[in-house]
Order: sequence, then structure tokens, then C-alpha cells
Amino acid sequence: MSVDLLNFIETVLNGLMSGVMYSLVALGFVLIFKASGVFNFAQGVFALFAALTLVGYQTGQVPFAHLINELFGTNYHHWYASMPNFLAIILTMITMIALAWIIERLVLKHLVNQDPIILFMATIGLAFVLEGVGDLMWGSNVKVLDVGIPSGGSEWLEQATIGLAAEGSDYYGMYIDVLNVWATVIAVILVISLAIFSQYTKTGRALRAVADDHQAALSVGISLRSIWVLVWAISGFIAMVAGIMWGAESGVQFSLSLIALKALPVLILGGFTSIPGAIIGGLLIGVGEKLAEIYIGGYFETGALENWFAYVMALVFLLFRPQGLFGDKIIERV
Amino acid sequence: MIYKETGQYKSSYKSDHAIFPLIQDKIAFSTLMLIAFLVIPFVIDSYWEKAILVPFLIFSLAAIGLNILTGYCGQVSLGTGGFMAVGAFSTYKIMTSFPDLNIMIIVLISGLITAAVGILFGLPSLRIKGFYLAVATLASQFFLVWLFNKVPWFYNYSDTGQITVSERVMFGVPVTGATAPPYATYLFCLVLVVALGFAAKNLIRSKTGRSWMAIRDMDIAAEIIGVPPLKTKLTAFAISSFYIGVAGALYFAVFLGAIEVTESFDIMTISFPVLFMIIIGGLGSMLGSFLGAAFIVTLPIGLKFIMVDMVGLSAVTAKHFEISIWGLLMIVFLIVEPHGLARLWSIAKEKLRRWPFPY
Repeated sequence: MSVDLLNFIETVLNGLMSGVMYSLVALGFVLIFKASGVFNFAQGVFALFAALTLVGYQTGQVPFAHLINELFGTNYHHWYASMPNFLAIILTMITMIALAWIIERLVLKHLVNQDPIILFMATIGLAFVLEGVGDLMWGSNVKVLDVGIPSGGSEWLEQATIGLAAEGSDYYGMYIDVLNVWATVIAVILVISLAIFSQYTKTGRALRAVADDHQAALSVGISLRSIWVLVWAISGFIAMVAGIMWGAESGVQFSLSLIALKALPVLILGGFTSIPGAIIGGLLIGVGEKLAEIYIGGYFETGALENWFAYVMALVFLLFRPQGLFGDKIIERV
Repeated sequence: MIYKETGQYKSSYKSDHAIFPLIQDKIAFSTLMLIAFLVIPFVIDSYWEKAILVPFLIFSLAAIGLNILTGYCGQVSLGTGGFMAVGAFSTYKIMTSFPDLNIMIIVLISGLITAAVGILFGLPSLRIKGFYLAVATLASQFFLVWLFNKVPWFYNYSDTGQITVSERVMFGVPVTGATAPPYATYLFCLVLVVALGFAAKNLIRSKTGRSWMAIRDMDIAAEIIGVPPLKTKLTAFAISSFYIGVAGALYFAVFLGAIEVTESFDIMTISFPVLFMIIIGGLGSMLGSFLGAAFIVTLPIGLKFIMVDMVGLSAVTAKHFEISIWGLLMIVFLIVEPHGLARLWSIAKEKLRRWPFPY
């Protein structure tokens, strides 16, 4: 095989893997949008908040330590030195569920029957609140998140592919981050278990019923509010997984919440209402971005197309299919 | 009793169409204008200019612009920062290419350039609506900021990537650059805001404005009764971008003086705050744009005063508090009063009308 072809394959593989990361975030958006019609802008901040909380529990930070110290002149920092990953993840999950419940109680309940755009703006507000509270609780310094997922380049793959190139060419093998492979595996497990959950359990079926038709679901005795709490909790859980993955890759910091902005083009590409759309959209954007960076980015000298390429790709796509790849057909009535 | 309209008859079409039909409104507005033009320029100092008045005026313009698009025409836009950057960089390019051009003309031309860019990025709005459009406008934000950051032509190949304003004079007084006196920058912004504010108010009351509102309320129905969606949406994008572009030009030339595009026109520093302004002020209200801008500009100052000076928190912690309080206020406003401060004002007027009687 020629080096060019091998490079192309490597790019596509890496693109697919980063696409999985986007899909993870987009999945949280889609779940909430399907079940409650809310376009949850706070999804990225959810991921940040979950990652912050996880690190906080792991390292035994005292919540609001900075605030307390500044107000009362005390010097609290840590409760304990460390906590097992397993326990910390469970505690974070409980926190995210509690958060979902609080959001339903304090925000969503009061905004029933409002315009979707009002709800959207409320979630922007929510994003700001969570970001501020997250920083207040755990401090805004960049944190290292380590839950025992290996990272770094895969030497095995490098060795395996080095022989594929033609004799005498300068080829050093493919580079793939092990962390991304793990992320892919976890994402696949997550999606499969979500599918099983929504197909075969009673709660899962109730969830799908609500997604299809709020009123019909209410009339057969499904509690909308508990379903909403559930959906937000599941999104919180997905956000946690995404937060762990992204956090392990680049450290837990504010920029983590911007992955939501990265996931938005995925959403418009795949359609707001489709779970397969979120996954395939994510993969497409991931591959498209990496290919553009390498094959088009060269013409610009300056590079860094990544910031906007996905948006333009999604935009061009929207001009031909306004409802996205798998979105429900938009029917408008006067 | 204070605010009663009894006895104020309209005897001509002209008085019926007045912007301020009531004598009380007229008096209040004239007093405000007199204070703004004749009192403040004499008492303004550098702190009031830099911290409150000039940012307030500039963000009012941006808020009017976004309100035209989002509040009146119903097209949610998250790309305000990108369009303000277009205004700022056109100002810079024109300024450096034509050293003799009057600054007022430069600012207005920058507005026109931004309007053209706005039309370009408004094109998707013909096909896509609602959330999809909101996300699509983010494309303009990211693309434009990237463009100004990465293409050296825009910042004249300077090493830092910064653009810096040079001194420009109006009536013998510098209005831009470091030596500009506070009253000059203030008056320069004020004149633009008052003129453009009146223009916007009248535009909204005209056929154009009514067709925007028709599109906002139900686009298909509007199309059926003969409102052309293409023309209406694109004029909304163009005019809104014009205002935002002028605001961006002033933000760069008069207010900051030197900017770095990724910091100054970030989505978090411009796009969302301006969106907050029109939500908190009131979607689809001119008064709301001003109230919202005043609120958002003064809120950080007030919060900083309370938390840093009175309670004694560090600036970083106070900043985090500020972010949470912003979000909280937004949610509270959306729950309690989705129509914003402007609605509160009209409720107050209603109360004043029958005060001190309960009914």
C-alpha cells in the first residue's frame, strides 16, 4: 500500500474516534430534546460539571472551599486524600441525578407550555449558573482527571502497520490514541445499553411514549414529570461519561463546556430527534473535520479549520435537507 | 393621576402617529435628552465614560440590532460577536487605507459592510428555522472570528495580531485614540445612538417593521397574505447587522482602542451578553434594548462593588458568582416576566395612571 493511502486510513480512523466523542455529547442533547422538547444548551456544562465533581470527589476537595475560606478566613482544602474511582463515579452519578431533579423542580416545572425558544434561553441561563457554581464549588484551576483509562499512542498498531507500506518508504506506522479506542468501546456499550433499556424495560417504553406524544402518554397514566427527571438524569449520566473522556484527554477546565458548541453541528447534521442521527452525524463530522484539516487546511497556511469547518459542513448540508439526516420531516400547518 | 391621558385629544394624523403621543412621555424624553446632551458632557469623567456610559451606548446599539432580528423578526442569532468583529475590522481597514476620511463616515461605512456580510449569513434563514437557525448563526460567529484571527491582511500583518486605533478628529476635538477627552467620545456615541435609535423606531413602525413582525408571528401565514419572506428576512438581517456593525466599530475605535479578535469578540463576551440584554430588557421593544443594555453593563460593576469591596471576596470568586447570578437572573426573568424590563415599565405606567386610587 502507498503511504498516502495509509495516511488517509489513519486520518479516517482518528476522525471516526473523535467523532465518537462528539456523538457522546450530541446523544445527551437528542435524548432531552426528544422527551421534553427542550434544546438543552447546558449539555456541555453538564459534562464539565460532572467532570469537576468527579475530580472533586476523587481528591476529596471540600466543596466551596475558596468561598468559605475567603468569607471566614479559614483554611479548608481537603476532607481526605483520595477515593476509589468506582465510588467516586457512583457518587457523581447520584449528584447528577439530584441535579436533574433540582432542575425539573426549579426551572422546567415553571416553564411548561412556554415557547421552545424561551426554554432554550433558560438552558443558556442554566449553563451559566452551573458553570459559576461548578467553579465556586471546585475551583477554576485546570485539574487532572485520571480514572485509570490508559492513554498515549498504541505501539501495537504502530508495529502492525509499519510493514504495510512499500519497501524503502519513510513510514512510521499509524498513530492512534488508546484513550480514543476506549472511548469508542464505552460509547458503543452505552448506546447498546440505552437501546436495550428503551426497548425492553417498562420505564424505557414509557420514555419512548413521552417522546412520541406528550398528551397521549399522559392519558395512559405516564407521569410526565418523573419521566423528565429520568431523561435529564440519563443525559446527566451521558454528560458524565463524555466529561470523563474529554477530561481525561485534555484536563478538566472551562473549555470542556465548549464541547457543547462542537456537538451542535453534529446535531443539525443528524437531526435533533434521532439517536442514530446523532451517532452517524458525529462520525461524519469527526471524519470530515480531520480530512479537511489535512487536505484543505494546507491551502490556508494558517490552519485551525476545526473551529468552524463542522458548522459550514452542517450548514451546507442543511440547505439541502433542513431536517437533518434522520430528523422527523418538518410539517408546518397554519 | 400622574400618568393620565384624559384630555389629550389627537386632532390630526400627524399627532396620531407621533412616537410619544402623550405629553408626559414627551416631557420625560425631552428632559432625558437635555440631560444627556447638555448636562452629562460637562460633568463626565474618565471613570464614568469608560466604565458605564460609553459601553452602555455601544451595547444599546448592538442590542437594538439584535432586537430587530430576534425580537421583531423572530430569527434567533448567536452570531453577534462575529458581526461586531466585522464592524471593528472594517473600521480598522478603512482607517488605515484612507487616513483623511472622517471618522463618522468610516463608522457608517463599516456598518454597511457588516450589513452586506449579514445578508450573506442570513441566506440560510430562508431554508431553516428556529433552533437549526440559531445553531447556523454560530457558524458565522466561529468563521468570522477565525477569519480575522488567521488572515493577516485584516490586521495589516502586525506581529501581535492586534489592531490599534489611530487618532481621529471631529470639529477639532479627537474622538478616538488615547488623547480623546471623555466628553468627546461620549457625545460621538450619543449622537449615533440617538440618530440610529430614532431611525430604528421609525423603521419598526413602518411597513418594513410590520412585515418583520408578521414573519415572526407566523411565517407561513405572513407569506400567504403577501409578505415576501426572502425580502423581509434579508432586510432584517441587513439592518440588524448594520446596527451591530456600527456598535462593533464604536467598540473598537472609541471604547477599547486596541483589540485582539478572539478575546474581544468571543461568544461568551459579546454574543451571549447581548442576547441577555434583549431577553432581560424585553424582546421586541426599543425601550427594552436600552434597559437591558443598562442592566447588563451596570450589573457586573454593582456585583463587584458588593462582593469585592463590601464582602471582601477575591476577584476570581466574585467573577464566578457573577456568572452564576447572570444565569440565575436570566432564568428568573424568563419564569417571572418573559417580556422583560420593558413589560415591568408598562405595568408601572399602568399603576401610575390610577395612582393613588386602587381602581
